[in-house]
Amino acid sequence: MTFAEKTTDHRKLRRWEGNIEADYIYTSGLAGERFFTELRKNGRILATHCPRCDLTYLPPRMYCERCLAELRDWKEVPALGKVEAFTVARLDEEGHEAPEPQVWAFIKFPGIHGGFVHIVAAPEEKVKRGLEVRPRLKPQPLRTGEITDIEAFEPAEH
Amino acid sequence: MGQTPQKWPGIELSNDDLLNKKVTQTRYHPRAKFSWSAGEAISRFLNELKEGRLIGRECKHCNKILFPPRMFCEQCFKPTSKWVYIKDTGTIQTYSISYLDKDAKRITDPIYVGVVSIDGAAEKMGIMHYFGEVTKDTIHIGMKVKAKWKPPLERTGSILDIEYFRPLKEGEQ
Amino acid sequence: MRKVAVIGAGMTLFRRRLMETPKELCFEATRMALDSAGIELKDVDAVISGSAPDGFDGVHMKGEYYSDGCGAYGKPYMRVFVGGGTGVFSAISGWYHIASGLADIALVVNEEKMSSCQPHPQSVFAHIWDPILDRPLKPNLIWIFAMEMNRYMTVHKIKKEDIALVAVKNKRNAVDHPCAQLADPNITVDDVLNSEVLAWPVQRLDISPPSDGAAALVMASEDAVKRLHVETPVWMKGVGWCIDSTMWTDRDLYFPEYVARAAKMAYKMAKIDNPRKQIDFAEPYDPFDYKELHHMEGLLLAKKGEAPIMTREGVTQRDGDLPTCPSGGLLGVGNPIAATMGVKIGELYWQLSGQAGKRQIPHEIKTGVTNAWGDLMQYGAVAVMGV
Repeated sequence: MTFAEKTTDHRKLRRWEGNIEADYIYTSGLAGERFFTELRKNGRILATHCPRCDLTYLPPRMYCERCLAELRDWKEVPALGKVEAFTVARLDEEGHEAPEPQVWAFIKFPGIHGGFVHIVAAPEEKVKRGLEVRPRLKPQPLRTGEITDIEAFEPAEH
Repeated sequence: MGQTPQKWPGIELSNDDLLNKKVTQTRYHPRAKFSWSAGEAISRFLNELKEGRLIGRECKHCNKILFPPRMFCEQCFKPTSKWVYIKDTGTIQTYSISYLDKDAKRITDPIYVGVVSIDGAAEKMGIMHYFGEVTKDTIHIGMKVKAKWKPPLERTGSILDIEYFRPLKEGEQ
Repeated sequence: MRKVAVIGAGMTLFRRRLMETPKELCFEATRMALDSAGIELKDVDAVISGSAPDGFDGVHMKGEYYSDGCGAYGKPYMRVFVGGGTGVFSAISGWYHIASGLADIALVVNEEKMSSCQPHPQSVFAHIWDPILDRPLKPNLIWIFAMEMNRYMTVHKIKKEDIALVAVKNKRNAVDHPCAQLADPNITVDDVLNSEVLAWPVQRLDISPPSDGAAALVMASEDAVKRLHVETPVWMKGVGWCIDSTMWTDRDLYFPEYVARAAKMAYKMAKIDNPRKQIDFAEPYDPFDYKELHHMEGLLLAKKGEAPIMTREGVTQRDGDLPTCPSGGLLGVGNPIAATMGVKIGELYWQLSGQAGKRQIPHEIKTGVTNAWGDLMQYGAVAVMGV
């Protein structure tokens, strides 16, 4: 059974407009605090290691997702990574045409489980799977303890 | 076997830690905008408010006038059958005297708000609205009230076309 | 349907702001629960999580986002959300995973991080109102509790002094809870009555605060309980849930009909026909002090209007005839919406297995009931647990 009436004059149908207002502050957490503080102060990238599962997590986690052990083993990540997959974005966050195309990649590091999604600062023709890249950090005084302290990844042979 | 927990985890932060960036953090402001369809029943409800009238919808099966109007009855789950104008007087079912505004900021002139059940609609069916021309000593559950409408040119087809509900005067209907 | 027991539980501190990310909060509670049950993650067949709006933590699909902290990697997983009812409902979901035969051991992990939402979780809470009928009036969520409290007080002619007794009892009980955010050993009725009026009749000390926190349970089938040689399983004797209309302006708010229906469903399953006599203690949902009374009546533990009298007579104290909120409740321990499972189901587990420490009820208890309440005065989830 359907409704007994249906309005067909669209001018009689109303809409109400509004938005959802809130601001967010996301803490880095216990593992994240150490990771971002080390990135900001000393420019080093750290990961945590689970001895039982033999996995080294990047970004570092307080716990192993496989066995739920608490992780206390911190290691430095070798700075040379490889592009595992990439795409070229031609639209910005809002869906408008971006001023320039941007290369986004998933970057992995040898022996490390996980990796980063980040910008690759190179023309799209130069980027391919397997390209070796290094992180380019902002100068220390400009770092804030966020993922943007890494400005971008650059091809290793510069 | 298992053991009774002895240590209870959690690292507390103060408002200062968070707001003054004593811990690393990322901040974000979402940009979510909405345009909600009023639908069949509420579109008519809003159009009638602009004309200075309250309208309900009859459920033949339950023999009730539903207000605010809806195209189906929640109780018997059948479509409602016809539009019925109802009065703009009613009874206070419950109320609150608020010293906070919507952002939880303190205000000195309290807002009187509550539920008013409308005469002509099914028993106790009503809407939330402001109460005016009352004090904390005069307002009470069971008080008879009447809508104070905004002037016709100020009405837009919104619940705010009624400014507030005020005590019913002697002899008024 | 198979019998299901809770065999372990854990919870984090409840505080206004915690440093941990949602994932880390889940991990902390889950790790505690696994340790308390004496099992490892590989023994778990399914994981259920409950959490309130994504809007609090500020991450869309947060149930999926923090699932690794719940130990859900590679396992059957679902998130349930029924507003404030989630604190009990996720345990009910854990129950039906096992009762149906689908899992032998399940983890139930509830988490809430309300402090991410700035300046106050009110900004997100406010969106529960209807955008066309209610929101143009710029309502504050406290208004609806004030309206329900007023109706309840007026219909039964209850004085604020009697309602304040609940806040005093719970905040004092909470002194013995290791995770409590708002315990106060010295609070008096006068303190409550003199506290700031927010939206009359609600005053500042009538309300529980927003909190961050997580809680977790391990639930197991009868076979698993035998296999693991669990010494103090606490059985889920009855479960029930019910929702009422969103059109809250249609209803008389003085009695929570939906809680009563959910309670009847749970009591029927637990074979309880005289709750006042057969239930030994209760953990009703108490985000406001008047809600404890409202829910005691909804849970059919008191006749309509009688709950304040029972409170005044001391019946609901820890050493009374019907200890109510021996944990300190949400008023004393904190209110991280879904993670309140630790103070409701968790408390029933700890009390009935003799692990409640300083909060332990001093006389013999065999059966307890708890409820959680949610949405816009709509949802009731009830669980009866016993040994």
